[in-house]
Amino acid sequence: MIIKTTKDIPASEITDPLIFKERRKIIKAMLATVFSGVGIAPALANNHNPAWATLPKSDFSTDLLTPTPAELIKNYTNYYEFAFNKQDSTSLAQKLRTDPWSIEISGEVEKPGNYYLEDILRQQTLQEHIYRFRCVEAWSMVVPWVGFSLGNLLKTVKPLSTANFVKFTAVHQPEIMPRQHNNAMLEWPYVEGLRIDEAMHPLTILAVGMYGDVLPKQNGAPLRLVVPWKYGFKSIKAIVKIELLKRPPITSWSQFAPDEYGFYSNVNPAVAHPRWSQNSERQLGSSFFTSRRQTELFNGYGEQVASLYRDMDLRHFF
Amino acid sequence: MILQVNNLRSKSIAVCLLPLLWLFVDIAFDNLGANPIQALHIRLGDWSLRFLCLTLAITPIQAITKWRGMADYRQLLGLYAFFYATLHLLAYLLVDHALVWRMVGIDIIESPYIWFGILAYIIVFLLALTSPKWAKKRMGKNWKKLHRYIYMAAVAGIIHYFWQLKGNLAEPLFYSIIVFLLLSFRVLVWVKNRQLSKMMIPRGQRALSLVDEQDVMPEAIRKRR
Ligand code: HEM
Repeated sequence: MIIKTTKDIPASEITDPLIFKERRKIIKAMLATVFSGVGIAPALANNHNPAWATLPKSDFSTDLLTPTPAELIKNYTNYYEFAFNKQDSTSLAQKLRTDPWSIEISGEVEKPGNYYLEDILRQQTLQEHIYRFRCVEAWSMVVPWVGFSLGNLLKTVKPLSTANFVKFTAVHQPEIMPRQHNNAMLEWPYVEGLRIDEAMHPLTILAVGMYGDVLPKQNGAPLRLVVPWKYGFKSIKAIVKIELLKRPPITSWSQFAPDEYGFYSNVNPAVAHPRWSQNSERQLGSSFFTSRRQTELFNGYGEQVASLYRDMDLRHFF
Repeated sequence: MILQVNNLRSKSIAVCLLPLLWLFVDIAFDNLGANPIQALHIRLGDWSLRFLCLTLAITPIQAITKWRGMADYRQLLGLYAFFYATLHLLAYLLVDHALVWRMVGIDIIESPYIWFGILAYIIVFLLALTSPKWAKKRMGKNWKKLHRYIYMAAVAGIIHYFWQLKGNLAEPLFYSIIVFLLLSFRVLVWVKNRQLSKMMIPRGQRALSLVDEQDVMPEAIRKRR
């Protein structure tokens, strides 16, 4: 039942993950057997021994945050390349081919090249990063990502002094991605971008896993960006190319609707989306009859990142 | 005969409650997905809009099938549109916001899609308020004028639907087409009647005058009572 006697702890309005997980597992398993459901079955099948059982926590992981149950994170995510609704995109995403995976790093760098993901992972130290995740659709969750610092990766290819921006490009597999195949809505492949100082910031990571295990495909496998102080769509999934540029890249959503989605897209409760408020957010896993959470400037990471935007009008550069 | 009709009527009342029952079952079995509160809004909002469209469909169906007994069901369906809209509003205030008024206030002020929801709600609220027979009698001609605003409620409901969407536009498009068709039907009938009256055909014999008249209390029902 979702309506439950509320524990009076405002800091974690999140359902006790263990209880939630168990009851959800049982129900999902029942459903899965009834419908032999695609999408649900793979999510369940992930219960083998995890890839990274124990990892050191990053300095920015707060113990105050209770992670959102994995089943919720896995079943509530946008992936417009596959479908415009969350259920279909989750089941269709299982078709994504992620092995082998290489990433091209090019542009204003001394050592451009094509790197296999395994080779990158061998060089980088993985940590657990428990971050808030705030979607522009006004919902949020807390995810225990497994990842490494983007800045550390960029340092290995030696950015030139002319590198002012970083452009990320996601995978292009129109054969299995229906919306890419139809050229629907956005310009494909999906493109995102950061200013170089945002990209080098220690909070910014490339994630390869969550909950100690490899990333589910719908959540961005095998490699995705995570920028916790920006709206979720900035955290591009399934990255195949990273380019360092002199000028700002044109990013997918701001190209599609420039008045609705800016280049920065920092979480900011004071700047409403033209069609809906960003003042509050619904936390995944919160029960009925509990209020929404007040959204924080920079998603609560102001202490770390506010200085990046010191002299900027955040209303103008939204 | 009367018994039969009334039986059908109470059956209809029960059938219209099925979506609510279904919703309760899904809540009980934790079947609303990862964002159950949003799912709740969507269920109730969708059903309100569906009942609104069904209400609008009665008049054309009646004109085409020439079956007068349906006007009774138009009121019933309209009241159900109001019923689900009210639950939708209560869910927003109570389930979603737990009556934290400051947050509700900011959310409404900053969300244009909700303005249209409120406009639609105000209209269906007024229509529900004036739906009893005595209100109808007392308002005379004005009743019909007021109740034409149901089209505005449907259009506002669809704008409300479109504007909160982030991706999939197919579903509201479906409702837009339905309401567009229903509205065109009314306009066509209106044009046709004007032409006929220009041709000086006596009022009683107009081909589609049925449509015009049954907006006022249908005789069939009055006789039955
Ligand atoms: C007659 C009046 C109304 C109708 C017909 C209506 C209909 C709808 C429909 C069809 C949806 C979208 C469902 C979907 O996505 O499939 C919706 C969503 C919603 N409506 Fe309404 N609505 C009405 C009034 C209101 C009012 C008065 C409010 C609040 C004050 C409201 C708040 C919402 C919210 C919060 C959502 C969900 C947005 C989300 O996805 O997070 N609605 N409504």
